[in-house]
Amino acid sequence: MSVVEVLFVLLGIVAVGSALLVVTTNQLVHAALWLVVCLGSVAGCYLLLSAEFVAWVQVLIYVGAVVVLLLFGLMLTRAPIGASTDLDAGLGQRAVAALTAGGLAGIVITALVDAFSGERIDLGGDVSTGSSASAGSALFRGWVLPFEVLSLLLLAALVGAIVLSRRDVGVEPEAADGGPT
Amino acid sequence: MPLLMPLLVAALLFSIGAYGVLVRRNAILVLMSVELMLNAVNLNLVAFDVWLRDALLSGQVFTLFVITIAAAEVGLGLAIVLLVFRNRETSQLDLLTELREEPSDPAGVGTAAR
Repeated sequence: MSVVEVLFVLLGIVAVGSALLVVTTNQLVHAALWLVVCLGSVAGCYLLLSAEFVAWVQVLIYVGAVVVLLLFGLMLTRAPIGASTDLDAGLGQRAVAALTAGGLAGIVITALVDAFSGERIDLGGDVSTGSSASAGSALFRGWVLPFEVLSLLLLAALVGAIVLSRRDVGVEPEAADGGPT
Repeated sequence: MPLLMPLLVAALLFSIGAYGVLVRRNAILVLMSVELMLNAVNLNLVAFDVWLRDALLSGQVFTLFVITIAAAEVGLGLAIVLLVFRNRETSQLDLLTELREEPSDPAGVGTAAR
């Protein structure tokens, strides 16, 4: 195994372990912080796969923005500090969920091993495939229209979030409906 | 690097995220589990992009798109969760039963035939 493979295995173990902690811990804030560890190690995996630009975007947006948003959400819904007992569903639902997730993992992994067991990713040679220069040129040459549509979607989501969180939307003030006089 | 390595990590992450979505009762923890599943998909996209040496970098560009959409989804989802919390004083998903069907009577056809 090369150094890259060893590093990838270690990062993968960290990612899967912290993901398990995200879904099993009984402290809300710890779940968000384990999510940081998981997303950070996935960013490391991107770096090892030579997708450098995606890795930094992952760090900036996921680890930076999304986790902070989630922490704000926890704070604003008055999440308790310390252990909670009511974060998980009952034992029956937990067993069914574990069965479903385990079955899903089994089926998918069997199919993947069957289909791709001999294939190798060639990481040698051209290391500039994922640099910001090539990613930027691909984004603004080949994918510029989806990029613009995505900016519209972000605008719509922004407006939607503002409308949802304002308290005075839809409440007509009584004095204002007199019409022009 | 064997292609299976990123694919196996992604499959495990996706299954863990699915388990979290099914098990968690807190709405924000469910959103976190959805993020885990999205990350698994992103890892798959990047791995296949690097494997196929795509000239247009489709996989990586799609990963960027998915990250953006995930950010929009989290923003809207949290706004909805906060609205629910403001109205109901709870963010536990199984307490929000306002829209469910009434449990049917033992005969089973009584309400349906009406």
